[in-house]
Amino acid sequence: MTGDPTRRRDRRARLVLHVLLGLGLVAMVGPFVWMVLSSFKPEEEIRRVPITWLPEDPTLANYAELFSRLDFPTYFTNSVVVAVLTTAGNLLFCSAAGYALAKLPFPGRRVLFGMVLGTIMVPNIVTIVPLFVLSSNLGLVDSVAGLVLPFLAQAFGVFLMRQFILSIPDDLLEAARIDGASELRVFWRIVLPLCRPALATLGILTFLASWNNFLWPLVAATTEDTYTLPVALALYAIGQNRTDYDLLLAGSVVVVLPVLVVFVLLQRHFVRGIATTGLK
Amino acid sequence: MAAGASSPGGSRAGSLSRALTGWTFVLPFAALFLVFTAGPVLASLAMSVTDIRGADLLDPFAVNPVGLSNYLDLFADPKFVQASVNTAIFVVAGVPLTMALALLVALGLNSGLVRFRTLYRVGYYLPVVTSIVAISVVWRFLLHPDTGLLNASLGLVGAGGANWLNDPAFALPALIVMTAWRNLGFAMVIFLAGLQAIPQDLYEAAEIDGARRWARLRHITVPMLRPTMLFVAVITTIGYVQYFEEPFVMTQGGPLDSTLSLAYHTYNQFGFGDYGAASATGYVLFVVVVLLSIAWFRLLRNNVDR
Repeated sequence: MTGDPTRRRDRRARLVLHVLLGLGLVAMVGPFVWMVLSSFKPEEEIRRVPITWLPEDPTLANYAELFSRLDFPTYFTNSVVVAVLTTAGNLLFCSAAGYALAKLPFPGRRVLFGMVLGTIMVPNIVTIVPLFVLSSNLGLVDSVAGLVLPFLAQAFGVFLMRQFILSIPDDLLEAARIDGASELRVFWRIVLPLCRPALATLGILTFLASWNNFLWPLVAATTEDTYTLPVALALYAIGQNRTDYDLLLAGSVVVVLPVLVVFVLLQRHFVRGIATTGLK
Repeated sequence: MAAGASSPGGSRAGSLSRALTGWTFVLPFAALFLVFTAGPVLASLAMSVTDIRGADLLDPFAVNPVGLSNYLDLFADPKFVQASVNTAIFVVAGVPLTMALALLVALGLNSGLVRFRTLYRVGYYLPVVTSIVAISVVWRFLLHPDTGLLNASLGLVGAGGANWLNDPAFALPALIVMTAWRNLGFAMVIFLAGLQAIPQDLYEAAEIDGARRWARLRHITVPMLRPTMLFVAVITTIGYVQYFEEPFVMTQGGPLDSTLSLAYHTYNQFGFGDYGAASATGYVLFVVVVLLSIAWFRLLRNNVDR
């Protein structure tokens, strides 16, 4: 089994594999590394041919300009508020509805779940027109509430929570009910704590989707006061100023950084969550 | 639906209070969902058979039913035809490219490597979680004809570069490659989970029977991975059919509409105030999504049965 030639061949194969995967890794991560490094360079150095990697004379000028000339603190705040509210709302509403759909018999349950399933696949662009008409009738266009409300209760979240809660044994809930616990208490004290992995997955996915959301904020945020970071950056990038690479790179770093922190800290949850939701 | 709903008998009053409790729990979700998701899905269908325009927001009675004419008009609209062709190319080239790259990486990561596994996984997944806007800033720079890394590298090996994003022949392929780069991490994670779910004794048995590495891949890995492939194919196809952000931030649909997609066309119609036409285009897109998903299911399921 462990003859020397085989072992040597295995080691060589592993080395080749590492080289190939490493090259791929460079292609995946290289652009981000360059982005972060270049955000500390003056414009002239960014455009130099051949390109430089390490900044010759690192400067924070791009960030200073970003936060003084553009209204970046506002965009940043908008992005944070929208993402946090959307995430909190989905965690609460989707777990409550998921619990009812999984464990509480009530009339209309099948219909509601059927509608949830039926809308999971609907492309975002399909509802953009009625959603905009609705928002303008409700006075929600160009407000933070208008950016949050349409995403506060999403079909995917309810589906995820329902599937997870189905796996909780009924006996556990019944025992608590016999002990006199109210349904709210059963939900809060027994179901939610058991749902922690699913809640983590839903929370992370919702936060990221909301932070990176583009189409709806592009349509519904019509003045700078309600721009989120991606919208502000995109409009700036494709406007007349599209050649200001120094500001664009610094702005990109600001957009990516929070996501990067969330992702690297929680990547275990993340990968596990995607894999389990994916295969069920 | 094998729901585990338990209703241990109980009186009428008991079941009524149960129903009330149930509705209390779903009410916040149901209200938001009906108003902001289910309602608009139906409203969009209704709008697609009217001549509603942006100006009609102030005067709803000016809206008239027009039957299917919005749908029929689409096929006479050269922009719609162009957008459909572009979207088809994007999906037909992009989905297999993404899946092939993702599968290669997943197989590499699953072949007994211990070291750097997490590093690889995080690295390959990174573009998936990154805002498309930030990605577009970096890629526009990479593809820049004069100062871009790509043309500079091509120059080193003596090849001439191109003005990638401003040449109608290259803009769509460039977007396809960028999109595959961006999404392969997602498919990779799912493939990895699928690979790890294949029972190890199958491989051991095959090895004892003298099956070489290639035979094991062909006769164990690929067939066992079919359900995973189906899932990845469906999800990727659904995502790619509605591609919008990539051309919006990279090329604004140009040059010469060579990167205009169906979703982008819908967005433009909406921007011009053609609400009825935009709803019709959106619904065509929706139907395509459903048909493609069904097609994938058929295709891969048949292969499993054989």
